[in-house]
Amino acid sequence: MAQRLEITKTYKLYIGGKFPRTESGRSIPLHDAKDRVIAHVCNASRKDLRESVEAARSSTGWASMTAYNRGQVMYRLAEMLEGKSGEFQQSLQVISGLTAAQARRQVEESIDRLICFAGWTDKFAQVTGSHNPVAGPYYNFTVAEPTGVVAVICPDEPALLGMISLLAAPLCAGNTIVLVASETNPVPAVLLAEACATSDVPGGTINILTGRRSEVLEHIAEHREINAIGGAGLNSRQRKILQEGVAENLKRVHLVEETNPDFSDTDAWTCPWNIEQFTEMKTIWHPSST
Amino acid sequence: MMDSTGIENQLQSWEYSEAPESTTVDIDQEHGLFIDGEFQAPSGGGSFWTINPSDEQQLSRIARADEDDVSRAVASSRAALKKWRKTRPSERAKYLYRIARRIQERARELAILETIDGGKPIKESRDIDIPLVAQHFFYHAGWCDKLRYVSGTREDPNPIGVCGQIIPWNFPLLMAAWKLAPALACGNTCVLKPAETTSLTALRLAEILQEVELPPGVVNIVTGDGTTGAALAEHGGVDKVAFTGSTEVGKRIAAACAGTKKRLTLELGGKSPNIIFADASIDQAVEGIIAGIYFNQGHVCCAGSRLFVEESILDEVVDRLEHRMQSLRVGDPLDKNTDVGAINSEMQLATINRYLNAAHTEGATMHSANGSPLPDRGFWCSPCFFTDVHPSHTIAREEIFGPVLAIMSFRTPEEALVRANNTPYGLSAGVWTDKGSKIFEIASRLRAGVVWCNTYNKFDAASPFGGYKESGFGREGGRQGLRAYLSH
Repeated sequence: MAQRLEITKTYKLYIGGKFPRTESGRSIPLHDAKDRVIAHVCNASRKDLRESVEAARSSTGWASMTAYNRGQVMYRLAEMLEGKSGEFQQSLQVISGLTAAQARRQVEESIDRLICFAGWTDKFAQVTGSHNPVAGPYYNFTVAEPTGVVAVICPDEPALLGMISLLAAPLCAGNTIVLVASETNPVPAVLLAEACATSDVPGGTINILTGRRSEVLEHIAEHREINAIGGAGLNSRQRKILQEGVAENLKRVHLVEETNPDFSDTDAWTCPWNIEQFTEMKTIWHPSST
Repeated sequence: MMDSTGIENQLQSWEYSEAPESTTVDIDQEHGLFIDGEFQAPSGGGSFWTINPSDEQQLSRIARADEDDVSRAVASSRAALKKWRKTRPSERAKYLYRIARRIQERARELAILETIDGGKPIKESRDIDIPLVAQHFFYHAGWCDKLRYVSGTREDPNPIGVCGQIIPWNFPLLMAAWKLAPALACGNTCVLKPAETTSLTALRLAEILQEVELPPGVVNIVTGDGTTGAALAEHGGVDKVAFTGSTEVGKRIAAACAGTKKRLTLELGGKSPNIIFADASIDQAVEGIIAGIYFNQGHVCCAGSRLFVEESILDEVVDRLEHRMQSLRVGDPLDKNTDVGAINSEMQLATINRYLNAAHTEGATMHSANGSPLPDRGFWCSPCFFTDVHPSHTIAREEIFGPVLAIMSFRTPEEALVRANNTPYGLSAGVWTDKGSKIFEIASRLRAGVVWCNTYNKFDAASPFGGYKESGFGREGGRQGLRAYLSH
């Protein structure tokens, strides 16, 4: 009996709640540890980036949701990831070359991290905000608001935990996201897209691009509708491209500079100051008198 | 008993009695750079005049710091850092408390000097600038030994290091306080660069730092023009750059810091909307409009320079504004009754006049306060506002930094919000309505770092200040302001 030919999938992008192919028509082969082609991913172009930003900008559902509701949706998303944990684990073993135990641990840590931030949605503002005792008859307080559209640039590895750690903080604050996936193992990002599409995350809240990171960095820096950038795993030249590009539009840039940051450092990665970076502090004054 | 016509005649014949500030302040003919706790001559020997913008009198020659001077100042701050950051926090606090006290004690002198050098009314420097300067040092003094509570760490967080701080000319000493107080409280050392036209109060502060025996090098002050500022921002020995000024220069500094490990905070320009709803208390709103745009001659980054009035009350608001402006007193900044003083410099006056010309060319209608005649000498601009302004007009889009208001109308809250937010800036905003729920909805949807509801242009050391979007990043004041001076 002839061996059945496997169907090698071409993973698509995730923009505005839909799964389009890249407008550029380009794809990149994905290899397993034995260098066999197991799938293809889209190589996103500048135009795909623009469309993602537009989707993220025009999606108002996420920011206008109550913080409690956002927490529930993020919890639901974590449930979906748990349901896909086998697929995540397999992708980490086959493409990232992890052992089964390593892969399982990363999947578990990633889901737990998302759960932690699901809990932060309606709490971080109480930690970062304040009532300010000004010297006069005024009621004065400071609240954190989402910065807007945040570009999240994921490190190659850890492909899942790095992505979730960088995504969860700006997401939980009510920002909408354009996520640039790990270049060497984009499959966890694609699986995340599938989880988003089948959970209650409004379309356009999280947009996911795969492909060659270096092609879009400069455009991310220059795009005026992106308000902030978070990222890790970039070399100093790539960081400089971003920092120089944003000098013209003053978007906020928060890049992890270490080459191999320890994403398993739970204390560091789950503290609310990671969220604060992707918020703007608004101070409101009102006279207080009868 | 006089009949009403008699009173009116008499009121009209009453002449204005001047009430000039009588205290005089001695100003040295020359000022050096403040490096290592001493006043030093600049290595290149360069200097420039600082003048009184209200009469163009030369006040003093100010040293111009070149790259070598900036390097010396940075090296001095670097050397002082080692000990200062290890100084017991409660002891560091005492230095800041001492500074606050000496500022209060020398408040009159500082206020007069600020007014002479910068042109702002003595009423404002005496009642607003200098008291806030003292408050800023006093407030931050108390933070020194409480820094672990800023971000909830178990141990005291570390300072960033040497801070290069570049400040503008509109609130000279207040901006110095906004920069220095939080930086010092967190254990950083500072090189401060005052604006070219307003160095005198910063140099008087240097005397106070000597009086309170602040260790040499903890604060260095380098005077000069834009090249001095650029040398400081680009200096490799600076760990953090804090800049307040124009968006244009802020972007240049951001570019210069790209690819370095420098931390950066920017407090830049604005074109802030002030929104008046028909259900506002109109009298209070009119006072708020005046305070919003004519405070400090409109030399305010958060000036409420775009006024949006609900259509049904537009005529009424314009009439009342015209009436109110007749009693705005423009003139001698040292006169205690002066409401609007001199424009800070000839260059700034030229900028404002360019915008006025653009407004005429583009078809806006000018309404000017002609209540008091302008002096012959000095730099003066009569406060004014424009109607028939379109959103595309230059005066509705660009920061003027002068006593010039653009008035537009709107029909619905939604329209007001969209137009208010339609700017690359996001520093501040004002909203006037007596309806509580509307206040909160509008305040939360305005994309601005400070929202004044039924008030405008209020400041406090405990209240974070800073912008969204191209108005910069980072906050100054309050607990949030300290985070810019602590390393994570």
